[in-house]
Amino acid sequence: MTMQFNTETFRDDYSFRNSDWAIRRFPFPFHEDSYMYSVNMEQHRGGPEGSVYEKRFDVDEHYVSEMHDRALVLAEDPLRCQSLPHMTLAGWDLLELIMVSKSEDYPDLFELHRDGNQWRWINKPLGIDDTFTFLDETTLPYGPMEYITRQTQGDFAVLDQREENLWMDAGMVTTQADWSLDFDIGMNFFEWHAPVPRAHEMGIFKRALKFLLNVQQGSPARRLNWTMTVNPRLDTSPENYHKWGVEKTTLTPENIGAKQHLRVELQTFFRLPRSNALVFPIRCYLIAFQDIVTVPKWGRRLHRVVRDLPEDLADYKGFIANRPLMLDYLSQYDDGLPTSPGVWPDLETEPPLQK
Amino acid sequence: MSRFQFPESIASRPVYGTLEPRPGKAHLMIADAEGAEALLDLAVRDPALVRAAHIIYIPKGTGESYVPRLEMCGPAQFHVAPSYEASVPRLRRVLTDAHMGLQLYLAGTEGLMGQAMSEAIEHGLPQRSIQREHRGSVARRMQCVHCKGITEDVTTDPFVCAHCGLHLFVRDHYSRRLAAFQGVRVDAEDPGNVPDPVELYQ
Repeated sequence: MTMQFNTETFRDDYSFRNSDWAIRRFPFPFHEDSYMYSVNMEQHRGGPEGSVYEKRFDVDEHYVSEMHDRALVLAEDPLRCQSLPHMTLAGWDLLELIMVSKSEDYPDLFELHRDGNQWRWINKPLGIDDTFTFLDETTLPYGPMEYITRQTQGDFAVLDQREENLWMDAGMVTTQADWSLDFDIGMNFFEWHAPVPRAHEMGIFKRALKFLLNVQQGSPARRLNWTMTVNPRLDTSPENYHKWGVEKTTLTPENIGAKQHLRVELQTFFRLPRSNALVFPIRCYLIAFQDIVTVPKWGRRLHRVVRDLPEDLADYKGFIANRPLMLDYLSQYDDGLPTSPGVWPDLETEPPLQK
Repeated sequence: MSRFQFPESIASRPVYGTLEPRPGKAHLMIADAEGAEALLDLAVRDPALVRAAHIIYIPKGTGESYVPRLEMCGPAQFHVAPSYEASVPRLRRVLTDAHMGLQLYLAGTEGLMGQAMSEAIEHGLPQRSIQREHRGSVARRMQCVHCKGITEDVTTDPFVCAHCGLHLFVRDHYSRRLAAFQGVRVDAEDPGNVPDPVELYQ
């Protein structure tokens, strides 16, 4: 199939929209009617055809516009992309992983031609055709990590592994759920997660770290995380919080269906071959409430999850003030019927809304 | 009394101990204000250690209160600096020349200890060779997450960023690299609604 790329914005007039295709393949994060933290890791070895899990690096209709938004963020604030000096090799590892994966998984969109260390990379959607020398930084317009992640959806944290810990020593972070790479760079796994409530006490991070330290080359892993965002803004950074925070107060019963978005992160983890670093892509998917509720099962379930979420989590995820408004809206789409297990939309088998 | 027991906090927030004499080839001690008391205590426990040490001391508001007493301990080198910034060229020179086995003793405010530690780590000193003891002011060194400017000696929450003028609340999230806590606009979701500042830890 030939993919159509949307022309859309994630700021100002917020013209971002999901097509019906994008709605049906949305990575809905709740496998049951309630939510609590867990180390919800699984192998990242493909998934159902057309799903966001199928390819190693999912490319969708938002690709070109997301890359444009990233360029705008970086022009405003170059500190969103940083790499400590010892991480350059990991950057080349990442460039190789993405170029090989994308050219194999999307041969109609991306091509990689290798002759020894002379590489030619063709990115058709972005109109790029570059020839460079692998492992020679002077032959690329940016460092290797920045070069390839300016062409790949999702944020990237590149983690050095030493002293039985993971250290966030490089990253490209422009579509983040309110954390600062500039502040967190150089921190270890426990330190950068320090502000997360409750999960430390539950032992979540200890178990997650143990799992991640053992991720092997060729056996990537994945998990989902989620939060809420008013307006389809990719760049919900703390740096710009004084600009977007106020948008949270613009919700009304009339506009909430269009403005309130569920924000889901598909987090994947790949071991890198030369550096032994771990790359942690954090891919952000946004969906408006009014689009979620077109899937009856998701509408029912989202209402129950938002309603029953403990206060500290709702506060941490930044929607405690808007929860009553969200529940008023979502309750219209919950008829009390049971929901089928698992995350899939189950449009053929789940009953339509009974009210 | 210059000691303060910090309440338990999140994992990125530093915790401090009590300076202990440790065997080493060289001993560098850096303190500001009431941090001098921690060095004086160390000198009582191990006078020879302090006699072998290079002390860099920044009195801040304490003036001459501690300088003569530190001098009387007879350190091999004793330097009084008017500010941490002024001491940095000297500190870098010492760290650049340092050999394996250097022990670093830091005492005083969080801002001083954090900055000196970050400098030492950048020069390759292993973290296990660094000890820290908090004394004196609980003021914090804060980074404004918005403009990236550092405001020193913050004692209230919220406070005004010395660079961009936004009203920021004081987080416990701490960056070792920046030697600073994070400040975030307090009235981002309701501009103009700035709570009255209260003293930290009150």
